[in-house]
Amino acid sequence: MQKYSIFNLVKNAFSNHENWDLAWKDPTPKKEYDVVIIGGGGHGLATAYYLAKEHNITNVAIIEKGWIGGGNVGRNTTIIRSNYMHDDNALFSEFGMDLWRKMSQDLNYNVMFSPRGIINLAHSDAQMNVYARRGNSMRLNGIDAVLLNREEVKEIIPMADFTENVRFPIFGGLMQPSAGTARHDAVAWGYARQADSMGVDIIQNCEVIGFDVSGGKIKGVRTSRGDIKAKKIGLCVAGSTNILAEKLNMTLPIETHLLQACVSEPVKPVLDRVVTFGAGHFYISQSDKGEMVMGGDLDGYNSYAQRGNLPTLQHVLTEGIAMMPFLSKLKMLRTWGGIMDMSMDGSPIIDKTHIEGLYLNCGWCYGGFKATPASGWTFAHTIAQDRVHELNAGYSLNRFNTGHLLDEKGLGTKTWIS
Amino acid sequence: MLHIKCPHCGMRSQNEFSYGGDASIKRPELGKEISDQDWDNFVYNRKSLRGKHWELWQHISGCRQWIKVERDTSTHEIFNTLKANEDIS
Repeated sequence: MQKYSIFNLVKNAFSNHENWDLAWKDPTPKKEYDVVIIGGGGHGLATAYYLAKEHNITNVAIIEKGWIGGGNVGRNTTIIRSNYMHDDNALFSEFGMDLWRKMSQDLNYNVMFSPRGIINLAHSDAQMNVYARRGNSMRLNGIDAVLLNREEVKEIIPMADFTENVRFPIFGGLMQPSAGTARHDAVAWGYARQADSMGVDIIQNCEVIGFDVSGGKIKGVRTSRGDIKAKKIGLCVAGSTNILAEKLNMTLPIETHLLQACVSEPVKPVLDRVVTFGAGHFYISQSDKGEMVMGGDLDGYNSYAQRGNLPTLQHVLTEGIAMMPFLSKLKMLRTWGGIMDMSMDGSPIIDKTHIEGLYLNCGWCYGGFKATPASGWTFAHTIAQDRVHELNAGYSLNRFNTGHLLDEKGLGTKTWIS
Repeated sequence: MLHIKCPHCGMRSQNEFSYGGDASIKRPELGKEISDQDWDNFVYNRKSLRGKHWELWQHISGCRQWIKVERDTSTHEIFNTLKANEDIS
């Protein structure tokens, strides 16, 4: 594989950049693999990469019904954070933060990780108390957290609404300075390029039609490009989890919902942090191109449409304007939707299943992008060793049966609870 | 925006409704001894079908009645609505 470097950039400039290697190949599927990963999104690509890198398993195929990076890894608002209170979430996410910091070097691909900090705004004394508690829990787990008062918040984001007599005055906020954003497409492409270079077959335009299960063991997968045998299969299909579960006669604690995001027209640099509204569900950051990147609530009903409805967008942007009134002057450039695998307690599932050799990675709700490296790393471990790692032990499938829910926000699919 | 025909009030916009999830889920009978798995299926496990899906909505800013709606989850087309006590045929 050609290394991406300043020297290679200069060298290729002499041939008008026409002789770069392809970033990844376009192989025809083999008859059999050691591991097949279904879903060529961020999590699937990362899983294949860590299978090869950490576990030396390179006879791996990723099968993707569309094109890699065309699903949620290209549809999110690129926020990376580990500001969780519960140990299982905090330690998992902080492990991921370490991988994020090293990712550009590790992948030899600039993922433009920008640790600009995230601020969760508080709008009441009670909320400040809750944030103080969460911040303390984070610090006990080695995650940076700073509780800001109103004046400190005002210094950082003066464009927020600090006038008197607003419905949700800003009392302060909780900041994780090491949180940030990254370029989401680059994450998918970086993992794909490295996985491919280590021998992983990335097979696009290949839809799963069914599974071959016998005697409680997975034997292979039937696809639109032929049958593929595999000893182990990992599902990393986010919003399509329920569709594939049905083919496996499984019913999961997952509902498929629609989540929208949008960007404004590009403007000059105004916001150098990620900010979330504390009295509703709205988050905002500014991209390197200058667009304000915004998102919020689910549309609220089961959907596979990948296309949103306007009432939710209006509701979300109303919150945005309440928080930062200048947003009302901006024109909307693009809106889009992605389909989310919403778990019932709002936390993900990375686990084995009752079918031997079949592994499940789903339930990412609002937080799939930031989990990409940690999810890939732990899922690769779970598949390679056939046992969960302590980092994803809390993300078990049977926790819904035993009552050990990981209810960080207690939300899941029921947006109206918030 | 979705337009939902409330069986009590007629065609109304989605803004007036709130969503209640899969309408085919039935609560286990009161007082009946059931397994943890049955509870799990009632409380958490969902098929979340792509395509035609019977679901509950409440006409929260109207008559406040719960209704059943048959909607396509990939096209958002609505085929049928019923009162809450009417059986899905």
